[in-house]
Amino acid sequence: MEKPPILEMRDVCKSFGLIDVLHNISLRVHSGEVLCLLGDNGAGKSTLIKTLAGVFNPTSGTVLMDGTPVTFSSPRDASNRGISTVHQFGGTFPLMSIGRSFFVGVEPTRKWGPFTIYDRKKANEIAVNAVQEFGITRIDDGDRLIGGLSGGERQSLAIARAVYFGARVLILDEPTAALGVKEAAHVLRIVLQARQKGIAVIFITHNVVHALTVGDHFAVLIRGAKAADFRKGEKTREEITDLMAGGEHMAELEAEIQHLKAPNASATVTTH
Amino acid sequence: MSSSSSSLSISGLLRRPEAGAFLGLLGVLIFFVIFGSMEFLKPSGAASWLNVAASLGIIALPIGLLMIAGELDISIGAMIPAGSMTVAILSGHYGLPIWVGILGALSFGVIIGLINGYLVIRTAVPSLIVTLGTLFAVQGIVLGLSVIITGTTSVALTAAPWAKFIFGQFVGGTFQVIIFWWLAITAVYIFVVHFTRYGNWIFAMGGDKISARNAGIPTEKLTITLFVLSSTSAAFVGMCQAILFNSAQVSAGMTFIFNSIISVVVGGVLLTGGFGSIVGIFFGTLTFAVVNQGIYFTTFDRNWSSLIIGIMLLLAVLMNNTFRRMALSYAPKKK
Ligand SMILES: Nc1ncnc2c1ncn2[C@@H]1O[C@H](COP(=O)(O)OP(=O)(O)O)[C@@H](O)[C@H]1O
Ligand SMILES: [Mg+2]
Repeated sequence: MEKPPILEMRDVCKSFGLIDVLHNISLRVHSGEVLCLLGDNGAGKSTLIKTLAGVFNPTSGTVLMDGTPVTFSSPRDASNRGISTVHQFGGTFPLMSIGRSFFVGVEPTRKWGPFTIYDRKKANEIAVNAVQEFGITRIDDGDRLIGGLSGGERQSLAIARAVYFGARVLILDEPTAALGVKEAAHVLRIVLQARQKGIAVIFITHNVVHALTVGDHFAVLIRGAKAADFRKGEKTREEITDLMAGGEHMAELEAEIQHLKAPNASATVTTH
Repeated sequence: MSSSSSSLSISGLLRRPEAGAFLGLLGVLIFFVIFGSMEFLKPSGAASWLNVAASLGIIALPIGLLMIAGELDISIGAMIPAGSMTVAILSGHYGLPIWVGILGALSFGVIIGLINGYLVIRTAVPSLIVTLGTLFAVQGIVLGLSVIITGTTSVALTAAPWAKFIFGQFVGGTFQVIIFWWLAITAVYIFVVHFTRYGNWIFAMGGDKISARNAGIPTEKLTITLFVLSSTSAAFVGMCQAILFNSAQVSAGMTFIFNSIISVVVGGVLLTGGFGSIVGIFFGTLTFAVVNQGIYFTTFDRNWSSLIIGIMLLLAVLMNNTFRRMALSYAPKKK
């Protein structure tokens, strides 16, 4: 028999008052697998992961971990069970040092005479090692402030932190959205490294290229409903783009744009 | 490692939250040596500003922590006279042993702190407004009860020698003993805030309260603790003043509200929370006290000290922004 998925949603609906945001979503993610969640702005991606991260409870439907139904009482409950969420901008404490923010709430301590004190050296060392293990060697001083890191470095640090604290499911909400090409590539590489460690990754993105680079499994959300669910290699980049645009053919839309631009375009093009 | 070497370098020191406060203190010291006299650095002169700094500093420290945590407590303005009047009424008017008065004053502080903290976590009302409410409420209670009980707004108190020795003597004729309390309390704060994990929690809470709570930090307990600390500290200062001066007045303490906030901001604490240091608040308080008292050592009219304090506050805020930017943009040089 197949091992049950590490995390599964069955017919999950979520409404805020009269507004239905999610309709009958069923999804499964296995360890060592990247599930890409695609969808336009407002499609419900963030709401979906918030029901997995313990921020909201589903209005109906069930969430299962290792085949057993679970209800998360809080984000902390979800993270205690191994579900780690990295929000869009990674570090949430810009004015804290790398070491201190890495260990917020679980600070390592040591004895100093009769006192128990924060072990800054150990915290910095572990934090720096954890992120260097993912190949980000530019971070080598745990006393640096989070706010001084680049967007990619912050994402990498947040992912390294989740992995260090034993995340089994890693949820990344648009981790590459605000990044440059090279930084995004670094983050994608780290996602694949996390996957190699056997972690299940839920990767939210707008960017079809990024999704195709790391994804094993894809789900497209349109207005809160799952419009498609397919595995790597089953659809081309163009097909996925069309799906995300809500079934309209992007090619047609692009042709239309070309047409609208035509008078201008011909004016400049005739010069050659 | 680069961390240990960089924290010793000049640029490393400049990145620290207390850098601006330290430079500010140097600046005002030089100013008053030039425009005043060396007199104010000599023991008798130093006593004048150290006495001011000590009472203010004991209150500015918890106010600074509250601001780092993203809260504010202005009810301390009423808690200082509340502390004075409680000890004076219990031990002066009723003649109870002084320890009863001391305990009463501190308990009053604890109770008001609990009320402030509880209201802040249970309602969505900003702490500025909550403590504005308790500021007036406590003022009313103290004034009302004082008049009912003693018939006046000023009560005499003769403390037992031991209490006088610990809380209200002049060491060497001019130094109030509260200076030593201030130094000892500062040392404890430095230890707890910068060397234990609880300090980290305060900074995390001020940085992002929701993330801090999700990380398992007991933000509500911590908030209440900080409010108890500030109002009890204010009651403590009031109590010490009553024992020192052998009397208590209902109206004394409103200036502490602004003065403590100025000390904290000059000390490099970020108004939006999440950044600052105990040493910075300590220097900020000293700077304030030097300006406040230094004016008497110059030929200037004392009214000008407000101008200096105002300019200093603005400079401090600008300077702190610069230092913070430096701290954020800092990246170690490649080796
Ligand atoms: N707390 C909420 N209350 C009411 N509506 C919400 C709430 N959170 C999200 N929504 C609505 O749900 C829809 C989906 O939002 P979201 O999940 O953030 O989309 P995405 O992340 O895909 O851009 C939006 O129309 C948004 O207005
Ligand atoms: Mg979103």
